[in-house]
Amino acid sequence: MNRVAAITLALSAGLLAALPAAAVDAGAPAPEFNLPGSRGAVSLAALKGKLVYLDFWASWCGPCRQSFPWMNEMQAKYGPKGLQIVGVNLDAKRADADKFLAEVPASFVLAFDAQGDTPRRYAVKGMPTSMLIGPDGKVLLVHTGFREEERKQLEEAITAALK
Amino acid sequence: MTTDTAVHPTMNQRTFAALLLLCVSLAGCADFQAPRPWEKGLLAKKEMSLGGDALEQRFDQHILNSKEAAAGGSGVGGGGCGCN
Repeated sequence: MNRVAAITLALSAGLLAALPAAAVDAGAPAPEFNLPGSRGAVSLAALKGKLVYLDFWASWCGPCRQSFPWMNEMQAKYGPKGLQIVGVNLDAKRADADKFLAEVPASFVLAFDAQGDTPRRYAVKGMPTSMLIGPDGKVLLVHTGFREEERKQLEEAITAALK
Repeated sequence: MTTDTAVHPTMNQRTFAALLLLCVSLAGCADFQAPRPWEKGLLAKKEMSLGGDALEQRFDQHILNSKEAAAGGSGVGGGGCGCN
């Protein structure tokens, strides 16, 4: 019996170690991050009091490319009202991100996380993943993917949070 | 009889040790997990897709789309969001 128990324990210990991080859902506090960015370091704590639209993207991701014009538009429209869009690039090579940005310019704050530590802690399940984080630092919305027809719905979430 | 009891426990211990080693190494396999959504940059490259010819692939996709009412799954574009 002891042997069976030992084997079971060894197996479950191995399996537990492989479990992914718990999901970050609406209502949960957004994990803190501090990343190098296009205009200096970007940290969530420094953005407290603002509505943050956090977007995880990569140069190889098609829907990400589609989302950039929309994010630029939202930043221009709601920036003065307290919205800050932060695009976290997850490319392994910075050169890939720079090439993408030369083609698709971004007028919002950019951060770079080549190690993938931030998406791990945010339990990102698809690309792109965006999260709306309230001024109190709590997650309001988690959204995976980007389709043209979702523009309106996402904008409504932003306007509702700015009220 | 005396040799039997002397040999048997050691045999059992060896079997047990082998079993334990097998289990521990098998559990190690659980650590080899699929690439995370943000780690699919290389997989998203055109040359990583199944089949070589772009036109042929589009044709295959079209057939799949019309016969199975299903799309995607033939490569990495969006990383599991179902778009692109």
